[in-house]
Amino acid sequence: MHTSFHQLIQEQSSLVEAVLELEMQARGRGKNSPILPCSPMAAHPPALLLPAGRSRGAIISQYYNRTARLRRRSSRPPLQQLCHTARPSLRQYDLETDPARATLEDKRSLLVKELLSLSPSQRSHMLLTVPLSLAEKRSLSPQGCRGLWYRLLSLLPAAKPWHYALKQIGGRFGSSVLSYFLFLKTLLMFNIISFLILLVFVVALQAAYPPASTSPQSFTGLELLTGAGYFTHSLLYYGYYSNDTLNDPCASRPNDSACPLAAPPFPYNMPLAYVFSVGVSFLVTCVLLVYSLSCSFRESYRVGSSAGDLAIKVFCAWDFKVIQRRSVKLQCENICTQLKELLADQQSRSRSLSLCQRLGHFAVLLLAWALSLSTVLGCVLAVHYFSEHMHAVSQEAILLVLPFMVSLLNMLMPHLYNLLATREKQDSPVAQVYVAICRNLILKMVVLGLLCYQWLSRRVVCSTEECWETCVGQDLYRFVVMDFIFTLLDTFFRELVWRLILENKLKRKQKPEFDIAQNVLELIYGQTLTWLGVLFAPLLPAVQTLKLLLLFYIKKTSLMKNCQSPSKPWQASHMSTVFITLLFFPSFLGAAIFLSYTIWSVQPSETCGPFQGLENIYESGKTWVQVLEKSNPNITWFVWVHQHLVENTFLLFFVSGVLLAVIYFNIQVVRGQQRIICLLKEQIANEGQDKIYLIQKLHSVYGQRERCT
Amino acid sequence: MGNKQTVFTPEQLDAYQDCTFFTRKEILRLFYRYRDLAPQLVPLDYTDKPDVTLPYELIGSMPELKDNPFRQRIAEVFSENGDGNMTLDDFLDMFSVLSEMAPRDLKAYYAFKIYDFNNDDYICKSDLEKTVNKLTRNELTPEEVSLVCEKVIYEADVDNDGKLSLEDFQHMIIRAPDFLSTFHIRI
Repeated sequence: MHTSFHQLIQEQSSLVEAVLELEMQARGRGKNSPILPCSPMAAHPPALLLPAGRSRGAIISQYYNRTARLRRRSSRPPLQQLCHTARPSLRQYDLETDPARATLEDKRSLLVKELLSLSPSQRSHMLLTVPLSLAEKRSLSPQGCRGLWYRLLSLLPAAKPWHYALKQIGGRFGSSVLSYFLFLKTLLMFNIISFLILLVFVVALQAAYPPASTSPQSFTGLELLTGAGYFTHSLLYYGYYSNDTLNDPCASRPNDSACPLAAPPFPYNMPLAYVFSVGVSFLVTCVLLVYSLSCSFRESYRVGSSAGDLAIKVFCAWDFKVIQRRSVKLQCENICTQLKELLADQQSRSRSLSLCQRLGHFAVLLLAWALSLSTVLGCVLAVHYFSEHMHAVSQEAILLVLPFMVSLLNMLMPHLYNLLATREKQDSPVAQVYVAICRNLILKMVVLGLLCYQWLSRRVVCSTEECWETCVGQDLYRFVVMDFIFTLLDTFFRELVWRLILENKLKRKQKPEFDIAQNVLELIYGQTLTWLGVLFAPLLPAVQTLKLLLLFYIKKTSLMKNCQSPSKPWQASHMSTVFITLLFFPSFLGAAIFLSYTIWSVQPSETCGPFQGLENIYESGKTWVQVLEKSNPNITWFVWVHQHLVENTFLLFFVSGVLLAVIYFNIQVVRGQQRIICLLKEQIANEGQDKIYLIQKLHSVYGQRERCT
Repeated sequence: MGNKQTVFTPEQLDAYQDCTFFTRKEILRLFYRYRDLAPQLVPLDYTDKPDVTLPYELIGSMPELKDNPFRQRIAEVFSENGDGNMTLDDFLDMFSVLSEMAPRDLKAYYAFKIYDFNNDDYICKSDLEKTVNKLTRNELTPEEVSLVCEKVIYEADVDNDGKLSLEDFQHMIIRAPDFLSTFHIRI
């Protein structure tokens, strides 16, 4: 046996002797032992070895140790020690076992001293996370804990829009439905940021210097739907923006002659501003998306096994946000059902399916996927055929038919996919949801891909227009508006009408459920359209912002009046991660690729817009760099940077290589951590065994002692 | 600086800000919520640190807690004496831990205490049975409850002592990404 165990037993047996003697004395004096009450002492002498409970002293000691370790920067014991010994806790200094610091006051003063020696941010973090009561924390807290920055931040009007509405929704429907509304709020933030960037740098300035254009047509109500007519020559579209420098007094003169005006007012290069603003808004959106994605991933991705479902269900399934009585009752019923299902599942898992059943299951799956992919193909062919034949007619209202058809398909097909998913019995209800989302997403992305190809090639769409960018912008505007109308119709039919049918015709007490996945995919689709259209219609984020604002209130009202809380288990945080991943991966990246292709390879139209007559939009940037080079010879370094870093493709390969190396490194780190988790689990199990062994050994030591005396 | 409130001294408000996850505005809003439970007991002036405790019945009647099956345990865990009667400090502490910003470990610590009905620092089988019965409103049969508790202990107990210690509980919570969103009350 390990020598330290031997030592421990010797120590403890001598301690037992000492306590026994004291107890004899106390018994002799006729009062209870001052150290421990009688009965536990007699029955369980090894009570001394059991770990102390979570008393205040223990918590303070634990946090003292943690703070000290933080200060000494040795947070993890080295790996070799873990392999060789089963008791690393014996090697480290522990305030709990230090006999010199026994009293609570001593421990508290030590903790305060340690806290003062940390940096302010670490100190405030440590103070917030220590699980003591508020009164205790106030006595511990040294003055002025939080940094100045945080104080300034808290002075800002804490704008918590929709706080009460979200509380109402969470209180009645729980975290899962709330995640849809939080996602909507996130999208609203992205759109507002894009809109502000474009407003300040492009739209407002062009509005201040309107071009001398043709007289606008009269306003009929149809423009709000089609985006054509009165809106064609307005700030909404690409064609309105000028291609020269605004506010430049020398603009009317030829380039070579010198400009005699003494102090030129601030000239503003509109093409450059246009392409940079669009680029910057995409960059900012990308950074924010990657940041939310990484936060989400950090919270919801777990290294390790998925066993322990029942324990997690018992401790984490109760949603404390739900406060309405009826919803609480429903939640109790749901948890009851889920526990029963889990129990039945675990018992039936021992039975494996026969070969015949497995083949049948596989055939059903294959059939379902074949059906869904063929419907996707059918939809794509229908859209293609329609767009080819529709442009033969040139009436204004006909322009709405293609968006109408695409939105109709997007509304009807998911119902079919949901039906298919219920027919094929998946392993778990969550898998069912994922499969339905996947099919829905494939449909939407393929249709959007086809439309993008049509817009860029312009063989059928906008082929006769002079200003094709405005035409594409109008098309996208129509798609966004039609998407909004169909979302409203979908809400109306799926929730209101279905509830009325259920109540009156079928006489069932159930209300329809809020289909979270379908609604979130509609939001993602709408956002993809906006991102695709930003280059061609700079005010499209504003339209999308308005749409999202209206959608919030309409969906909330419909939810409150028509729906019941979800009955299926729904891992809210996991699904939030999935939603934001879907927003980034096919949606944003697809739009970014479309934008990059348009900027780099597509020739802009000759007669309208900020990039008239150039070979491609990127050329405006190149021209500007050349002008800079000529005008100011001191900044040749900038030109050099531009030539060798931005234009050179070697940099791209290098950056991709570095990224792949970082990803590989992180994967290896995760694998290593998995191994450590296994080792540590074994160690804990071994320590448990050690404890039992030591208790038995001490029992025998105590028994020997009693027999001897 | 907009310092027009007369309820707390600036030092008190700063101390509250340092020790909870709330901003000044939220702390004041929570104070008024506390006061609304019993306007005759809670003074409007806390600068001289009055010793006011609201009984559990008032706390348990708040709309955020009144239908929660664990409300009594929550009040007991966060109250000073463990009897459910809460001072303003306890009240703020409770909603701070149950707010969005509290970290996982802190929430797990208090969740463990809430589910530990007999306060022995371990979740034993009887604690689990009480928890399951509260979760399901006694809809499960006693055999099912017993089976669930056995399986939970089997799954979550890492050191094999037949009950769940704080470390076992925290280890299990780490594998549940939903815990942060479910152990959250909006106030």
